[in-house]
Amino acid sequence: MSIDTETARKVAKLARIAVPEEELPALAQEFNAILGFVEQLGEVDVDGVEPMTGVTPMRLCRRDDVVTTGGMPDKILSNAPDAREGFFAVPKVVE
Amino acid sequence: MTQPNTLTLAAARDALQKGDVTSVELTEACLKAAGEAVALNAYAHMTPDIALERARAADARRGDGAPALNGLPLGIKDLFCTEGVPSQAASRILDGFRPAYESTVTQKLRDAGAVMLGKLNMDEFAMGSSNETSVYGKVVNPWRGEGETAELTPGGSSGGSAAAVAADLCLAATGTDTGGSIRQPAALTGTTGLKPTYGRCSRWGIVAFASSLDQAGPMTKDVRDAAILLQAMAGHDPMDSTSADIPVPDFEAALTGDIRGKVIGIPREYRMDGMPEEIETLWTRGREMLQDAGAEIRDITLPHTKYALPTYYVIAPAEASSNLARYDGVRFGHRASLGQGDGVTEMYEKTRAEGFGDEVKRRVMVGTYVLSAGFYDAYYNRARKVRTLIKRDFETVFADGVDAILTPTTPSAAFALGAMAEADPVQMYLNDVFTVTVNLAGLPGISVPAGTDRKGLPLGLQLIGRPWEEGDLLNTAYALERAAGFVSKPARWW
Repeated sequence: MSIDTETARKVAKLARIAVPEEELPALAQEFNAILGFVEQLGEVDVDGVEPMTGVTPMRLCRRDDVVTTGGMPDKILSNAPDAREGFFAVPKVVE
Repeated sequence: MTQPNTLTLAAARDALQKGDVTSVELTEACLKAAGEAVALNAYAHMTPDIALERARAADARRGDGAPALNGLPLGIKDLFCTEGVPSQAASRILDGFRPAYESTVTQKLRDAGAVMLGKLNMDEFAMGSSNETSVYGKVVNPWRGEGETAELTPGGSSGGSAAAVAADLCLAATGTDTGGSIRQPAALTGTTGLKPTYGRCSRWGIVAFASSLDQAGPMTKDVRDAAILLQAMAGHDPMDSTSADIPVPDFEAALTGDIRGKVIGIPREYRMDGMPEEIETLWTRGREMLQDAGAEIRDITLPHTKYALPTYYVIAPAEASSNLARYDGVRFGHRASLGQGDGVTEMYEKTRAEGFGDEVKRRVMVGTYVLSAGFYDAYYNRARKVRTLIKRDFETVFADGVDAILTPTTPSAAFALGAMAEADPVQMYLNDVFTVTVNLAGLPGISVPAGTDRKGLPLGLQLIGRPWEEGDLLNTAYALERAAGFVSKPARWW
């Protein structure tokens, strides 16, 4: 499996990371080095093996479906790059 | 008189109890040492006001009934959220972030009376093995080769923690370990580092890298201190659904040094082609030391070892790509300045391009790729299946009666900063070849300094234990530590 510039562009887009056009070929090459390295997993016989979901066997615990915290909008917004009138502000999303 | 900052936690605890030293004196000594060690770049943010305030409070409550770590000054890895104090995982994208809350582990340390000296440098988002990917700049290892002046890596990602402990800029530090990030830097700095069983310490409030692998642990000057610090860090937390609801035993009480009859496994797959002779020799010596202490040495096989690193480099980036999706420039941290007409997608793309360093971008994108439609089964699901087999290898040897497994911690001593700059990323990944299996299997592992190479640089041996048996593991490490008698400290040049 070889990653070309077009695939690198697509992955960058999916990851929401702007990558300048001129850097895409080098990026594709790095992907190829890493994916070439993981390619050896193809040698392993995994027939009938369950994919791991949790490394320690445990049942996830449940809690009552009730509100346990909240009522602190100022704290929630205190680190926002742009907060206005109790909301996170972002560029216009809907035309 | 011994400088207070050079004390172990245990020695400082005793001195505090006897009244030979105050927490303020300990704290001031560490702050002074840290202030003079700017060249190491171990601390990213010092918090002297908080430190002295907590030290004074600790001194006021001294005496019977004082909590376990009362008055002991610690460094905290920048990955832990600390209330009101910068916590940015050494990334530009969390520039200016001051959490409104405290991570469970650091809260437990506060409750135990410990003093926070500041936040320690690390690889960005804990992704790296040399502490060169930090937005704060590289950390420099306090150790140098004999007669050399080249700057060496302290390892990563908990490189600031390791350097600070080795150079006595704190009594002990917290670290986190996703593929070796506690044990590898401990080995390269002549310090002790323990990664607990997955689920032993709460992950709540620790900036997430790969959630199924991340685990916090102690980085200390010796094994006893690792037991003491782990005791305070461990325990069930309802805020982390993977935190184990099981009792935490008394780890320090487990340190008897008696390992007679224990079975130590030596895995043949860890003997790598091209492994430096010094590592091989150290491993053999470790085996002899444990044998002399009364343990039974047994050759074992962990057949899927060679697939651990490739498995890790699918699973960890996949989880990172999901975890790091939260850095979008909306709720916290950095937002790129936008051009006319830029919409929300451009905001995400520019913010993440500016905020993430190269290695982080690379891993997020690799993770995105292996999770994308058409490749999910071939990469991600296959890696999860191989992970099951890697864990099964360990389960098999433990079921056969092996109590602990002895391996080298790293394939080499500390290397020069910048040495990997031209190499492809996979070369750097190979640093974790002996440590990464432990994360994939969720096991506890500890690195103990056990010798030096021909340049006088420290080397570590790793012991891997059964799940939840950190006490037994620490005791075996204690026996190894006593036999190895490693007491060297880096000669001060900074």
